[in-house]
Amino acid sequence: MSSRTRLLLFGAAALVIAAFFAVACTEMPRSGGASHPYGDRAVAAALAHRTANVVSSVNFDVRAFDTLGEESILFGTVLGATLLLRLARDEHRRPAASERVLPTTRLLGTVLLPVALVVGVYVVAHGQLSPGGGFQGGVVLATALHFGYVAADYRVLERLRPLAVLDVADSLAAASFTAMGLACLAAGGAFLRNVLPLGTFNTITSGGTVPLFNAAVGVEVASGVIVLLAHFLDQAVEITGPGETKEER
Amino acid sequence: MGVWPYLAAGWILLVALYGLVTSRNLIHAVGCLAVAQSSTYVMLLAVGYRDHGTAPVFSDLRPGSRPLVDPVVQALALTDVVVGATVTALLLALTIQLRKRHGTVDPQALTGLRG
Repeated sequence: MSSRTRLLLFGAAALVIAAFFAVACTEMPRSGGASHPYGDRAVAAALAHRTANVVSSVNFDVRAFDTLGEESILFGTVLGATLLLRLARDEHRRPAASERVLPTTRLLGTVLLPVALVVGVYVVAHGQLSPGGGFQGGVVLATALHFGYVAADYRVLERLRPLAVLDVADSLAAASFTAMGLACLAAGGAFLRNVLPLGTFNTITSGGTVPLFNAAVGVEVASGVIVLLAHFLDQAVEITGPGETKEER
Repeated sequence: MGVWPYLAAGWILLVALYGLVTSRNLIHAVGCLAVAQSSTYVMLLAVGYRDHGTAPVFSDLRPGSRPLVDPVVQALALTDVVVGATVTALLLALTIQLRKRHGTVDPQALTGLRG
């Protein structure tokens, strides 16, 4: 198909989509309206379970089963990327060379690495109180480690991330979510039910099982993202194809 | 705000589809797909918005003192972001393999099947 025909076909389809979408929008309840029955019930449920961050309460208490699916998707992606980006038979792995870094860049990375790690742990631990949680904090933690790459070189990053340990941590954290759900089933009669003492509202121990699920997801996301990025970075830095030298890339 | 946020979401979707249709580079196409997905974030947040509402977080807010936006769609948007990130990662991994096996990332140059 020529690009002109393709564009014409798209133009016609886009006009139809745009027309029907615009008509559907005029029939929707207007944005900003006062009627949010599910939202009101979610807020009431969060307050009843003494969880200050209602979004966390929805994700890890009311809709915890959906979050189990969500973290399984993440786990599946890490597995899939590991499979897709494995070393092929005709490829070679060369150890990365050590590289020179500007002293100011080194200083910036060295200072920011511990700060970012602490921020990540804080975001995971306070997920039930303030915006954040396991998913967001996990990504911060994974990014923090890569300051090692910015501040030094790839060899330092490889020493900073024990991939074998992180692979196991990823699987264990994914499994622990289900295990905790089953423990809730044994103790409270329903899968993923919030059975722990709810604590005092707006303190770090409040929310019952929400902080535990947050921690499990935080570990899983952090190790999963590091492993995922490691495979991509290996492709860029260390793995060379047949008859290909590093300088050519 | 009426229907404008919904229409903006639809506009973002169409722009992304245009990019996907005309794309000559799979990495660019993956970026377009991410834009298409971001239209769903706009849609979800537009559905959940309440006039003069604030974030549904009570760490510095007395319950009942102000109207709150809908937390359910915000949680859905979080799920959406996570799924979007995983899809992007897998597609980029596939693109790397394509580049290795076929020597191109132009979707229009990929015509033959090869084992």
